[in-house]
Amino acid sequence: MADIKLTNLNKAYGAVHILKDVNLEIRSGEFIVFVGPSGCGKSTLLRSICGLESITSGTLEIDHAVVNEVPPSKRGIAMVFQSYALYPHMSVYENISFALENQGVPRDEIRQRVEKVADMLQLTPYLTRLPKALSGGQRQRVAIGRAIVRGAKVFLFDEPLSNLDAALRVATRMEIAKLKRGMPETTMIYVTHDQVEAMTLADRIVVLQAGRVEQVGTPMELYERPGNLFVAGFIGSPKMNFMTGAPADKMKCKTLGVRPEHLEISARPSPGSMSGKVEYAEILGSDSFVYVATGHGLITARENGRTAVKTGDTVHLTPQAGHVHRFDENGKRIESK
Amino acid sequence: MWQRIRLEPSRFALHLAVLLIVAMWTLPTAGLLVSSLRDKNLIATSGWWTALTTTVRSVQTRTKDASAQVEQDGVFVISGNLFDGSEEGTGTVAAFGTRVAKPDEFAPGSTASYDDGRSLTVNADGTYRYTSPVKFEEGRGQRVFFMTSVPPRFTTENYSNVLFSQGIGRAFVNSLTVTIPATIIPILIAAFAAYALAWMKIPARGFMISVVVGLLVVPLQMSLIPLLKLYNASGFLSKTYLGIWLAHTGFGLPFAIYLLRSYIAGLPRDLIESAQVDGANDFKIFRRIILPLSFPALASFAIFQFLWVWNDLLVAIVFLGTEPDKTVLTYQLNSLLGSRGGNWEILTASAFITIIVPLIVFFSLQRYFVRGLLAGSVKGG
Amino acid sequence: MTMQLFSAFFTVLVGVGGCLAYFWGSNALLDVLLPVSARNDDRSIRNLRLQSTIRPWLFLLPALILLAIYLIYPVFQTLWLSFHDKAGDAFVGLDNYRWAFSDTGFRTSIFNNFLWLLVVPAACTFLGLVIAVLTDRIFWGPVAKSFIFLPMAISFVGASVIWKFVYDYRGEGQEQIGILNAIVEWFGGSPQVWISMPFWNNFFLMVILIWIQTGFATVILGAALRGVPEDTLEAAVIDGAGPFKIFRRIMVPQIMPTIIVVWTTITVLVLKVFDIVLTMTNGQWDTQVLANLMFDWMFRGGGDFGRGAAIAIIIMIAVLPIMVWNIRQANAERKGGH
Ligand SMILES: Nc1ncnc2c1ncn2[C@@H]1O[C@H](COP(=O)(O)OP(=O)(O)OP(=O)(O)O)[C@@H](O)[C@H]1O
Ligand SMILES: [Mg+2]
Repeated sequence: MADIKLTNLNKAYGAVHILKDVNLEIRSGEFIVFVGPSGCGKSTLLRSICGLESITSGTLEIDHAVVNEVPPSKRGIAMVFQSYALYPHMSVYENISFALENQGVPRDEIRQRVEKVADMLQLTPYLTRLPKALSGGQRQRVAIGRAIVRGAKVFLFDEPLSNLDAALRVATRMEIAKLKRGMPETTMIYVTHDQVEAMTLADRIVVLQAGRVEQVGTPMELYERPGNLFVAGFIGSPKMNFMTGAPADKMKCKTLGVRPEHLEISARPSPGSMSGKVEYAEILGSDSFVYVATGHGLITARENGRTAVKTGDTVHLTPQAGHVHRFDENGKRIESK
Repeated sequence: MWQRIRLEPSRFALHLAVLLIVAMWTLPTAGLLVSSLRDKNLIATSGWWTALTTTVRSVQTRTKDASAQVEQDGVFVISGNLFDGSEEGTGTVAAFGTRVAKPDEFAPGSTASYDDGRSLTVNADGTYRYTSPVKFEEGRGQRVFFMTSVPPRFTTENYSNVLFSQGIGRAFVNSLTVTIPATIIPILIAAFAAYALAWMKIPARGFMISVVVGLLVVPLQMSLIPLLKLYNASGFLSKTYLGIWLAHTGFGLPFAIYLLRSYIAGLPRDLIESAQVDGANDFKIFRRIILPLSFPALASFAIFQFLWVWNDLLVAIVFLGTEPDKTVLTYQLNSLLGSRGGNWEILTASAFITIIVPLIVFFSLQRYFVRGLLAGSVKGG
Repeated sequence: MTMQLFSAFFTVLVGVGGCLAYFWGSNALLDVLLPVSARNDDRSIRNLRLQSTIRPWLFLLPALILLAIYLIYPVFQTLWLSFHDKAGDAFVGLDNYRWAFSDTGFRTSIFNNFLWLLVVPAACTFLGLVIAVLTDRIFWGPVAKSFIFLPMAISFVGASVIWKFVYDYRGEGQEQIGILNAIVEWFGGSPQVWISMPFWNNFFLMVILIWIQTGFATVILGAALRGVPEDTLEAAVIDGAGPFKIFRRIMVPQIMPTIIVVWTTITVLVLKVFDIVLTMTNGQWDTQVLANLMFDWMFRGGGDFGRGAAIAIIIMIAVLPIMVWNIRQANAERKGGH
């Protein structure tokens, strides 16, 4: 039950213009993920929504009310910081109850609510501990617990998993997904660097670059129909291959994009294939990446399982039909009919 | 650790050099402490470094007068102990004599004869027998000179003397009355200001910080005349504790704000923002987050300010005045230095009382003190 | 005595309590005047915003007022006084300054201050550096350092008593009770009256400040030396540099900023030095320094506020460059950091 609407939102630090005309509508209960290169303004945008940064121009609405001037604590939001921001001198219980205490909630109710949240996050045994006596994953859960206990309408996460190791990250990611399913009403905005997090968690992804929104869409939309070169290059791993010149001209566009997983490797040429010499082959077990030097630059191709090609082989690459992306001279996507 | 000590020549020289330096730094204070515990006569006549050795001293005394004489076998005898009535109380006689120039003429147990048939026998334990063939005339007793070895002896008499009759005790309480609020008040005021200057959104923040840094080096003496005039005009501040608390607070603030601000500004931003999102107002953030987390910085400033106020003389003279009921320890010690310049037993004991509190504070909280110094200096002040 | 203790306790309570009362009271008052409810109504939001505009000033106000009264106003007032006569009535232009530079007492003070400035910071820094290096290499170094650091806790007056005792003089033939003369005699010399020995007595007073301040230099420089990256030293050893060369060419340059900080801190202190001279000699035997001279002119013998103020301004001018440098350092650091 919390719509968020950003209209021509700008943010500048003095002369440095960070966010440029951001327009975005977030529906109640959505899980939105902000992605973009480092320094593009994801955190700034999140913090502006939170109210920790003031907005230079434009409007921010939560539930159809302009909240530009409303202090963070009155926006009905909760924020989970990258560093968790647990109060180091307070016990887990005090950390979780601090916000309720500030709202003047009666003691008994505080106790009930904290215990409920602790139970939900398996934190009950740790309530009396100080944060420094917790593991990284437990701290993360306390930080989330702090957000949940307040019953906020909007949750903001700023790279909440980046301090965890790989295994814990996967586990916590799934917990967050579960958490979201348990709170269908709650709107969540999540900032990450990690594509897997973005693709698996998001209802919709917002791709930012240099303070602008490049594209908003479901993960599959972004993958299948990237709106421009930047999004095409940013979403997907390994990166999409781009070609200009002859192959692009043939397809009547400025730039031609093919994802590595959409290139077939064969020893013999076929119509529409490009030939080149294998520079290097990375074999990861489940799949392999083959780097091929063609007349149009270094092209990456992905093959399932273990590839048979070796460095120095000459191979032919054929794009799969229907998986070729065309971009015009401004980098905009040209839709094929 | 211990295995690493090897006594090769260069290591040995290193240890020796450091030992020598430490000795040079501690001997002056050690001298003060040792002297303050010595007998006042001993302080004036022998170096404090001899305090642990037995010293030989020449003493002059008199036998009992004629009224103590008894007649025994036709001779008149006065007997007694040389140490009775002398300050020493007890001791051993190393030698004695009848003339001031030769106090060590006779060995103990031997007999010295006077021209007119009188003779004096002194034993090592101080007992003597003074005999005369004729009746002793009325008058004072015979003068006797003797050498006595004085064993090391320590006393707390100097302390009870200065505490209760030289005004040091009262000055001690006055010093505490000045120091405790003059330490706590600036901490509070500076901590609030430091938080505001570190984290709150206010205009001219950078300018205010520059002013504080600039005021760090303003010589205190500059302020005295204008403030004295102001105090006299105000009426209620001059020569009061409130006046001196505020003065010490004012003078301590630049350093306090500077030190605390750089510490508080270094606290994680997320914590403060998280508390804001949690709905705590700045007063609450200050109380619940900033104060507990800044404890090390607060402690180190507290030590600084405590030492500075406790040890201060100038501000105390100017703002508290010199009436005896309000004078602080440093003032009292300084005036003793003028009036009792030669009475080392008074000076050393008084000085030690003035430095004992800072020394205790210093040794128990050295860790914080050093940390504060480092924060205040290495970071660019 | 009990009565006195009781009243002292009460006074302390009132002082500290008053300060607490201001902060708690004013903040509580703000909450009462601009109430904020748990609900998110417009009034609460407006009040909350007002609160957060006003509250910083509640926090800053006492500090700003005290700084203004105790430091900023006096600086300007002293400047004004220095252009006026004895009682501060008539404008006399630069007369007080002219007087200062022609007065022999002032010239002696300037000369002595100059000596102090030359010797004390250098000696403290040098000794501090040497002691830091030496104590760093032995297992009981920390203990040694805390003994050398200890005089920092002692008041200048206390230190003066301690050193007066060290310098004590008894006529030749008598047993010396001052350790310095005892040592001199032990080496076969004759005892001296140290604190009235022309010119050199200045140095005997400086020793006291050096004794007090070397610990400070040792601690700061010791920490800086420990911060010198180990690998630069190892590289120097591999390059075949001896210990002295490593110290001079590798370590000292890397901690130069800290050395400058220590130096300037002690310099500022030296300019303000007052108590030592007051208690040791009170400026007699040509040991006068500016701070004590100023005190003399202000508070003794009727007082001449104009001349005292002129001397204060001269001290202020001497620290001005350090002040400017400090501000620039602090600004640079703030811009770099947060
Ligand atoms: N207080 C500030 N003053 C000036 N510039 C700032 C300030 N805070 C952030 N910036 C700049 O704003 C830009 C966006 O920063 P932001 O933290 O939003 O990036 P980000 O997308 O979150 O990056 P990352 O993925 O590395 O966290 C950066 O170029 C940063 O340097
Ligand atoms: Mg970020």
